[in-house]
Amino acid sequence: MTEKVATRDAYGRALLELGRRQDKIVVLDADLSKSTKTALFAEEFPLRFFNVGVSEADMIGTAAGLATSGYIPFASSFGVFAAGRAYDQVRNSIAYTRLNVKIAATHSGITVGEDGASHQTLEDIALMRVLPNMIVIVPADGGQTYQVVETAAAYEGPVYIRLGRPKVPGVVPHDTPFILGRAQVLREGTDLAIVAAGYMVAPALEGAAELQKEGINAAVINMHTIKPLDVELLVHMARKTGAVVTAEEHSIIGGLGGAVAECLSEEYPVPVVKVGVKDTFGESGSPEKLLHKYGLTAGHLVEAGRTALQKKGQM
Amino acid sequence: MPVLSKADIKEIKSKATGLRRDIITMLYRAGSGHPGGSLSIIDILVVLYYKVMNVDPRNPRDPERDRLVLSKGHACPALYAVLADRGFFPAHYLDSLRKIDSPLQGHPDMRKTPGVEMSTGSLGQGLSAANGMALAARLDGSPRRTYVILGDGESQEGQVWEAALTASHYRLDNLTAFLDSNGLQIDGWVREVKSLEPLADKWRAFGWNVLEVDGHDYASLLEVTGRASACKGLPTMIIAHTVKGKGVSFMENQVDWHGKAPGQNEYEKALAELDAGGRD
Repeated sequence: MTEKVATRDAYGRALLELGRRQDKIVVLDADLSKSTKTALFAEEFPLRFFNVGVSEADMIGTAAGLATSGYIPFASSFGVFAAGRAYDQVRNSIAYTRLNVKIAATHSGITVGEDGASHQTLEDIALMRVLPNMIVIVPADGGQTYQVVETAAAYEGPVYIRLGRPKVPGVVPHDTPFILGRAQVLREGTDLAIVAAGYMVAPALEGAAELQKEGINAAVINMHTIKPLDVELLVHMARKTGAVVTAEEHSIIGGLGGAVAECLSEEYPVPVVKVGVKDTFGESGSPEKLLHKYGLTAGHLVEAGRTALQKKGQM
Repeated sequence: MPVLSKADIKEIKSKATGLRRDIITMLYRAGSGHPGGSLSIIDILVVLYYKVMNVDPRNPRDPERDRLVLSKGHACPALYAVLADRGFFPAHYLDSLRKIDSPLQGHPDMRKTPGVEMSTGSLGQGLSAANGMALAARLDGSPRRTYVILGDGESQEGQVWEAALTASHYRLDNLTAFLDSNGLQIDGWVREVKSLEPLADKWRAFGWNVLEVDGHDYASLLEVTGRASACKGLPTMIIAHTVKGKGVSFMENQVDWHGKAPGQNEYEKALAELDAGGRD
């Protein structure tokens, strides 16, 4: 049993290691460095760390300026601020300019918990993936977050990395390489494919195990890169299973489910049942209670799996 | 500190008049664009690009070059005229302004236009980017400077003041900002739309070295730019008092000329005025 690690913690440690190897790595934060875990980098590399205070728009613009001069900035805040509050800056100063800025957004999704709806971004994947030039990655566990930070630093261009607050179990086998845009089959299956990202990968695996008890053989795909989407694998799995369930800690509009539905409707139409937050804001509560109330548990995935199979039968 | 002789000033004025012709001509051919703010900053740009900044059109990506961010991106016809004249790209590019497939976009695009350091247009973003460039120069241990030109209407954007705090907090004395204080914005006089006064006091309160200058007086512009570079420990804001539409009598101080291209008659009238030596 692997130790549970929050992806934001893995990010902080990966960034520190990266900073030790590459002197062009610079880090920006907007007064949340203890929460985003960039404080680790700040402590060792104070001259390469820029806290701009509570001003996310300015942080994104400053990161863009650093990138024009050959630096590789990682700019961090909570997802709701990095993608939402600073949206025009991300669009015009980073995506349009194709500058080499990495936005590492922590506290994404409903598992932010007690802080409530104002802090729970359920729309950042949609906002980021609609921007030309933007890469969107949602690592599934701590180990994968390390790989993602390395990959993002090596990639020349804008990257949005979506990270979470709570600890999550290891779900990707340690020897699995991370390849940008190449999804991972974590469990083979023939009856349906559960396509999950981030926090929802672990419940997807649980849900698949439950379905197996009912004799339903579900595959589980870790779609860690939302953009560019792994169209090839997705179509292959749709063809193989004939039914897809998507799972994300995000609105069912515009996120992973939206991306999968857009792709399959053109490439290989099969029923797609989306598990996510159903076009509503969240609220305060413990992550566990919120996941239950908003329909984001293994149990909800089992139900969605049954629905998908039913729809497949009707098509 | 460099001083301008009378002959120098005559030469610069003649250069600026030629660039004003280029601005009017490219806007006339484009059929749209922003003459008012272009004409108000052209004298600042002339001093920077011909007398102050270390830039080499033959080596436009030289890491040690000085940078300029045109935060008020809509005034890009002025920047394009200067960059073409300095040889960053062929002069015939100017004829394609705002047209399909053109390297000269309606607002500056760093990926399409040689010599443009930052894509701008959505107001309020340039100073943050300039801060990033100045921080990079400091990390590199480089003496290169970063210049940024803001509009007065633009200064109603909150991000400008976020960035103002960042620049003073990090003591970016390798940064010189100009505020093109022409007093007008799209909906009218700045003081009537939403007043910025007391403007100089605001920048001082935000921790900046503040200088004021007549933005059409070449000798004074050169002098304050030198004083800004000599200032240690603080970023400098040069509030340049300018006239929107400067140099074309019927455009001066007229809000309607913020974002409208001249028609045939207006174009001819403007060029005739400029050819006659312009107005002082």
